[in-house]
Amino acid sequence: MSGPIGEIWVYLAASPLLGLTVTLLAYQVAHALYRKSGQHPLANPVLIAVAILGTLLGLTGTAYETYFAGAQFVHFLLGPATVALAVPLYLQFRRVRKLLLPISAGLLAGSATAVVSAVAIARLLGADSATQASLAPKSVTTPIAMGIAEKIGGLPSLTAVLVICTGVFGAIVGERAMAAIRVHDPAIRGFAMGVAAHGIGTARAFQINEQSGAFAALAMGLNGLLTAALLPLLADFLLK
Amino acid sequence: MLAALSLLLVCQLIGEVFVRWLALPLPGPVAGMLLLFLLLVLRDGPDENLRHTSQGLLQHLSLLFVPAGTGIVLHFSRIGEQWPALVASLLLSTLAALLVTAWTMRLCQRLSEGEEK
Repeated sequence: MSGPIGEIWVYLAASPLLGLTVTLLAYQVAHALYRKSGQHPLANPVLIAVAILGTLLGLTGTAYETYFAGAQFVHFLLGPATVALAVPLYLQFRRVRKLLLPISAGLLAGSATAVVSAVAIARLLGADSATQASLAPKSVTTPIAMGIAEKIGGLPSLTAVLVICTGVFGAIVGERAMAAIRVHDPAIRGFAMGVAAHGIGTARAFQINEQSGAFAALAMGLNGLLTAALLPLLADFLLK
Repeated sequence: MLAALSLLLVCQLIGEVFVRWLALPLPGPVAGMLLLFLLLVLRDGPDENLRHTSQGLLQHLSLLFVPAGTGIVLHFSRIGEQWPALVASLLLSTLAALLVTAWTMRLCQRLSEGEEK
């Protein structure tokens, strides 16, 4: 490009303003589509926003690093937002203290299954260790999963997308899976969806009913903590 | 809002320093989250201010994943090579986690109901 448009492009491409603005706009378009679809899990706003931005980067030939120089201001907020998860976790925790045994047992079993089966299946089918490490925290809520992936030699951006796909899949099949094994207790249904499919499963559980949603939110928080504490310790042993 | 935001950042900062100092494998923000959780237990819950600020941050949590998620453009060749493993692992493992969690919880419930009888 040359002339005034070329000059403007050179300016914009070098400033963080463009990356930041495009991120916010793409997300708003994605969120509007999500609402229009009646909040269908397949219309997940993160997936759509990533698709829009990926296409834009490809079309304009912009390097991801250039884009991220602007988008990092949004990315930075992931840290404080992760800390803020303590607030809903605390509020849920008080509501369900009575069911401590089934909750702890379900959490341990479900969390271990999510990690071990993901790594085992991926290795069996020939995935390398970085892919395995990116898959291992896939059932954990995105901000925590990305932190874990970074710690154990995975690729945080690949993990972010895998986590979202996990949530979308879990939200779609969760209820049917529970019906197939004749689990009707809304507390158990919600908790299982929170362990396996984090925030997206939790959002789906809230659509079923309030109790399912509360248990899903608790499961998501506890599974994030448990996996963050244990997976890095087990990583050397698990990943090859 | 400023006080609550500062509290979140201070917790994160302490968390990051803590995990580096002790060389813990935990992500720093998760340590910060644990710290805030303990504070909430000690203070008997969040005040209006903190509840409001955390709600505001978490309401648009999905937006915050977008910049990192877009990094997927760097990994297209990896996905192209390893997609069967990725897809199979993701679908089967998610289903397994759902079923195992529900089965375990039902088993525990039945065991404790049996004890009461």
